[in-house]
Amino acid sequence: MRLIVPLRGVIQGRGGLFVGSLIPCCLFYFLQLYLKGRRPPPSDPTELPRTSSRSNLFSRGNSIGRVRVSSRALPVAKPSDSPYYIGLERVKTDPYDRITNTDGIIQLGLAESTLCFDLLQRWMSENLMDSIMQSDAGEFDISNIAMYKPFEGLLELRVAFADFMSRIMGGKVSFDPSNMVITAGGTPAIEVLAFCLADHGNAFLIPTPYYPGFERDIKFRTGVELIPVHCRSSDNFTVTVSALEQAFNQARKRGSKVSGILFSNPSNPVGNILSRETLHDILKFAQEKNIHVISDEIFADSVYGDKEFVSMAEVAYSEEFDKSRVHIIYALSKDLSIPGFRAGVIYSFHEDVVNAAKKLMRFTSVSVPVRRILISLLSDVRFIEEYMTAHRQRIRDKHIRFVEGLKQLGIPCAVSGGGLYCWVDMSSLLTSYSEKGELELFEKLLTVAKINATPGTACYCIEPGWFRCCFTALADEDIPVIMDRIRQLC
Amino acid sequence: MTLTGIYRSRRSGTPDSETSSGGGGTAVMRVIVPLQGVVQGHGGLVLGSVIPCAFFYFLQFYLKRNRTDDPEPEPDPAIQNSASSTNNNSGSSSPSQSELNGLARSLSRVIISPRSSGAHVSVSGRANCILKGGDSPGLRRVEEDSYDESGNPDGIIELGLVQNKLSLDVIKDWVSQTSVGLSSSGIASYEPPDGLMELKMGVTRLMSEATKNAVTFDPTQLVLTSGAASAIEILSFCLADSGNAFLVPTPCSPGFDVDVKWRNGLEIIHVPCRSSDNFNISVTALDRSFSQAKKRGVRIRGVIISNPSNPMGSLLTRENLYALLDFTREKNIHIISNEIFASSVHGDEEEAEFVSIAEIADTEENLDKERVHIVYDLSKDLSFPGLRAGAIYSFNENVLAASRKLTAFSPVSSPSQHLLISAISKPEFIQTYIKTNRQRLQRIYSEFVKGLKGLGIECMRSNGGLFCWADMRGLISSYSEKGEIELWNKFLNIGKINVTPGSCCHCIEPGWFRFCFSNLSDKDVLVVMNRIRKVCKSQD
Repeated sequence: MRLIVPLRGVIQGRGGLFVGSLIPCCLFYFLQLYLKGRRPPPSDPTELPRTSSRSNLFSRGNSIGRVRVSSRALPVAKPSDSPYYIGLERVKTDPYDRITNTDGIIQLGLAESTLCFDLLQRWMSENLMDSIMQSDAGEFDISNIAMYKPFEGLLELRVAFADFMSRIMGGKVSFDPSNMVITAGGTPAIEVLAFCLADHGNAFLIPTPYYPGFERDIKFRTGVELIPVHCRSSDNFTVTVSALEQAFNQARKRGSKVSGILFSNPSNPVGNILSRETLHDILKFAQEKNIHVISDEIFADSVYGDKEFVSMAEVAYSEEFDKSRVHIIYALSKDLSIPGFRAGVIYSFHEDVVNAAKKLMRFTSVSVPVRRILISLLSDVRFIEEYMTAHRQRIRDKHIRFVEGLKQLGIPCAVSGGGLYCWVDMSSLLTSYSEKGELELFEKLLTVAKINATPGTACYCIEPGWFRCCFTALADEDIPVIMDRIRQLC
Repeated sequence: MTLTGIYRSRRSGTPDSETSSGGGGTAVMRVIVPLQGVVQGHGGLVLGSVIPCAFFYFLQFYLKRNRTDDPEPEPDPAIQNSASSTNNNSGSSSPSQSELNGLARSLSRVIISPRSSGAHVSVSGRANCILKGGDSPGLRRVEEDSYDESGNPDGIIELGLVQNKLSLDVIKDWVSQTSVGLSSSGIASYEPPDGLMELKMGVTRLMSEATKNAVTFDPTQLVLTSGAASAIEILSFCLADSGNAFLVPTPCSPGFDVDVKWRNGLEIIHVPCRSSDNFNISVTALDRSFSQAKKRGVRIRGVIISNPSNPMGSLLTRENLYALLDFTREKNIHIISNEIFASSVHGDEEEAEFVSIAEIADTEENLDKERVHIVYDLSKDLSFPGLRAGAIYSFNENVLAASRKLTAFSPVSSPSQHLLISAISKPEFIQTYIKTNRQRLQRIYSEFVKGLKGLGIECMRSNGGLFCWADMRGLISSYSEKGEIELWNKFLNIGKINVTPGSCCHCIEPGWFRFCFSNLSDKDVLVVMNRIRKVCKSQD
């Protein structure tokens, strides 16, 4: 012990080890104190010009005045390396057109529906002007649309939204307008929810394959991590509680705090619909771990299979669960095919989330003229009913045609019941059964076949060879063209 | 050796304090030393003072570690990991071990407690911060009981919200004409969220118009966002990392606090300007705040200014702007110029010249423009805040690329874009509008200021913006923030007008108020004056 202690002379044995380690600490403490004391006093007016002139020379000579942006902006600024965005960009350079550019790239990467544009066009031409300029007193009052209105959305709009949502859920759930916050689209809705439910560095569990845009929506600014929960084709990519449990425990071990589960229902990109039992299990799991559940139900009305769509809200209402952990995202971009309107909604059973989101709407509220249009559009029940029937019917027809075409080429699709896309198993076309092989095929599809389909890697699918193909922006005569192009690769 | 010197001086210093508390003498020394059992006489005085110091040092250390996982938005797992690993191999050092055990225990308690309290799931810490702030009680009151000349003559008159109702008739004509054409254009489908090129060209033309065509703006350097609030949020996200700070001369726009701080985790360092300088921005004050922040270890990434200034309504001169740019270049930081009232200038044609910072950036040859960023608000200048259309104009490629992607979170909807295109692509509409609006602003401004003068209230001379900055120091009961808030309450409850007190704008001198007069018609000005008179009387 005597040998260890550096200050042996002072301490002489008694409690030597302990004291001998303390004294250096103290000395270090005093050193810090001393250094702090030696720093020049902050506001010395006589010294100020000198320091400023010094830093002046410094910055000019040293960095030649190149000013830097924040380190968190740089990853946002650089072009994305996800094949999802690469594909979308490539299509922009050479888009297919039935008449003018028959050799262009056909877009199967963007979940967009043009199937019911005729109906929308008709409604717009009849009602758009009236809905913007409508007023109670007969005379058009411009201040109704021009001036500031509550950011979170007029009550009238929230009521219309709630009615519309219950309608597409088959009237089995009634949504409470006071739990709603109207956002400028689904993308901001997800970001705001992630911001409110998790702190920087926390994580969400997310079953794979998932929508490639979540990476951007959640990671860009909120700093929330996504922990993939891998699902397999043998289960038709349905999430299981044991997989969730495993991912949760692993994350726990790594020291990251899991704040919630995020999933899409109908799932994107697979298009399968979660059963009531699965939803029940997920909610039970969340309850057990005391975490949130975010259900993205953007495709709730784009259902074409026989399977019935069940909203998480319905499950939350039906049982003794603590509802405050359930949050639902909905938007009109897909089901009403009006992405340009940028209208989405956060439906949350948690009062704090609703209130915080309302305040954040300062940054992402729906413009007042658009609100007026939406109020008349959503409360036009006759039109909505007509539209919904046509929308479902036309997706179903298109889906059958598309899947039939692929089947003839010997390419199977996963069983799906919703969404504007199907999940295609192209593993027979792969040169090697790996991510590399899949990306090669993606490149070949783009350059040789001139088709942009989203590869499974972009959706974080662990099995190579799957592609998401959106078919709702296609005309019937496009489908044979696509099939011919794919045939070249077979 | 300096160290031993300190040591000695410490040693010579401590007995004094100890004798004063204990009473003196060697026998007493034993009584004083708290760790007597451990130290037992040998160098007892020194060790007895040193050991508590060491404990204090560890305590600070412990508190610092503990702090990282609760109020700050970064519960860094790395720190927790390293904490547990030191826990394993620090058996030799008993104090730190016991503290680390304490850390682990308190953590597990946090996890258990929400479960036991009926499994109520909590929201994120940063959402909680938002829940607490950002409320403006005045606005809520106005919503509940707003003035209407015929319907509710006793309601509250809004003078706090910055919006322009003077030229609504021009806007109305435009909307009635163009919404017919809207339906035919493809407003339903995806458009680039950062704005259609056609619209960007229109916006840059409008911005040039505001500078009397002294500057030509490049539409490719423009990114549209849903309002100026999100423009500032996106810009500050791109320019500064969490924990960094911006310098903001005060009085400033009350919105900055929300826009810069809420989601970006940034700080604002206020640089007070004084009435004795006419609230002009002083570079010396900026410099002082900069070096103070630097000493505290806070990294300053830029300066945010408003031109025309909000709440004073004054225009920055070329000299001001040159000085500011020199300052930012010297410190190698960014400058955000908030030019949302660029076209809302109401002073004399010769005197009131709006100079955009882009002009200064253009004229300086060797100036790297990458540090200059402009925020513009279409809806403010076009009196159409309901449209929610703002813009970022930047010379920095990285900022532009990042902002373009971030507009996915704050997009301008296609119908709004098409409405705007139809308006601002017509030069004659813009010119008529700006001219009419200017005349009307001018009239209501002079009327309002004259009215206040009649009540003995002086305003700062202003040339721009939709508001005036009134000096009510004579009316407050005590020269303090409390006195100011009292007066504000009286305005709201007795006078039934909602105004913005200087403290909301972080003005360090109490007694200044912002009146947004563009909410009023000619008739309303008289009503407001009568109501202010009532408040003045009640103060006497």
